[in-house]
Amino acid sequence: MSGAGSLIVEGLSVAYGDALALDHVSLSVRAGEVTTLIGTNGAGKTTLIRAIAGLLPIRHGQIVYDGQEITGRPSHRICDLGLGQVAEGRQVFPSLSVRENLLMGAVIPRARSLANATYAAMLELFPRLRERLTQAAGTLSGGEQQMLAIARCLMGQPRLILFDEPSLGLSPAMASEVFRIIRRLKDQGMTIILVEQNVAASLALADQAYVLETGRITLSGTGQTLLRDPRVREAYLGL
Amino acid sequence: MSLSLYAGTLSSGILTGLVYGLAAMGLSVIFGVVRLVNFAHGEMMVLGMFAAVVLAAAWGIDPLLSALPVAALLFVAGYGLQRGLLNRFIDRPDHQQFILLLGIAMILVNGLMMVFGPDARSTNVPYGFDAFFVGGITLDKTRVYAAGGALIVAAALYAFFRFSRTGIAIRACADNQLGAAVVGLDVKGLYAITFGIGSAVVGIAGCLLSLVIDVRPQLAADYTLLSFIIVIVGGLGSMGGALLGGVLIGVSEALAGVLIDPSRKQMVSYGLLILVLLVRPQGLLGKRG
Repeated sequence: MSGAGSLIVEGLSVAYGDALALDHVSLSVRAGEVTTLIGTNGAGKTTLIRAIAGLLPIRHGQIVYDGQEITGRPSHRICDLGLGQVAEGRQVFPSLSVRENLLMGAVIPRARSLANATYAAMLELFPRLRERLTQAAGTLSGGEQQMLAIARCLMGQPRLILFDEPSLGLSPAMASEVFRIIRRLKDQGMTIILVEQNVAASLALADQAYVLETGRITLSGTGQTLLRDPRVREAYLGL
Repeated sequence: MSLSLYAGTLSSGILTGLVYGLAAMGLSVIFGVVRLVNFAHGEMMVLGMFAAVVLAAAWGIDPLLSALPVAALLFVAGYGLQRGLLNRFIDRPDHQQFILLLGIAMILVNGLMMVFGPDARSTNVPYGFDAFFVGGITLDKTRVYAAGGALIVAAALYAFFRFSRTGIAIRACADNQLGAAVVGLDVKGLYAITFGIGSAVVGIAGCLLSLVIDVRPQLAADYTLLSFIIVIVGGLGSMGGALLGGVLIGVSEALAGVLIDPSRKQMVSYGLLILVLLVRPQGLLGKRG
């Protein structure tokens, strides 16, 4: 995978009605790096992910992906530029089979011609899915659904992946499997934005990290710096 | 009454019911995916009927053949309606959508009234009075052809949703709208295609039904209601349920016509609806919500 996939967010504000959910958020994500967002529930992490993906209307600011401005573009066009997403709650298609779920990952034009090859690669990478190809996705375990969500995202040939709480609700074994996959994607040069309630594990993976509090960025630095920061240790790591 | 009369009534009820079922399938597809209750459904069906009447009167085209151009026409109309108008109402409160579609229904039915007047018309096919004789039962040719057409279209629709990429994508939208947006599906575009398909299907059902009934604009509201009843009896979102519901309604109407009084056949449909709502509220083949 190539190194392209940088993202710059500049002064981004998003509101639900009158309530400002993001207030002039700026961050920059370098290609090939893992950028972690931490913050409590309701701080605006998922809002930020969805705004970047084009799923929410933007009140203010701009988003530049790979050198081109994508602010306000429809989500399917943004997706087709190689900006993939593994959404909170996995968001698989419960009544569709595992196979159909995977095929839907590759409906965007950029991915169609590679669909067959990537499909084979995904079954190689996630043998559990191969055993369940004709099963409805809704009948899979939480961990299997997360594998499916990741595989479905990879079917779309992304260069940047937005991960929103990928280990939430999974067993410890499954959670570390998810982190192992994210690390491997990073090693392959994928750009990653990671939102995680497991702060220690996600900071350990992070090149850059940002702390989001009630819609504003309050702290940023390298993953290692934030891991050592007393404020982060107290508020998010309970140390 | 003789047994063969019952058998004949039953079979013609089944045949007509299959066409009803096809019409209801269009409604079910639109509701299942776009979550929009198409109050103009019967009006679109009558539009299909009049298109068949005009094509038959002007060029002697068999309604079985006019089903193709009518399907194309109604697909384009339904697609345009969803793209240009309904998509803007998707996130609005339900009653606004209802009023909008009721308005469209009024415009359609009154438009037809202005152009064609209130009198009944028919497609007058050359085989209109021919029949098949099967084991003592007389089956109208028109009814058999209409039912055959309905089954073919229903099978094609099933195959489309089961196997084609667009069909699977539409099911994905119905399944999880956020998930669909996440993988880069153009949800509103797929809504427009779905409304187009639902419209085309009910237009075809209108063409087919024009073989067996006399067509008047005022029928529209009856067919909207009939489609609602069938979808609820069969189970929301179930294509097989729509066909089954259609057959049940078709049969009960036909039997009521013989046993009670043809003008009171609707009473039986509503009775069936109430019974199903009491005993199995999710519909015969519906899943519990």
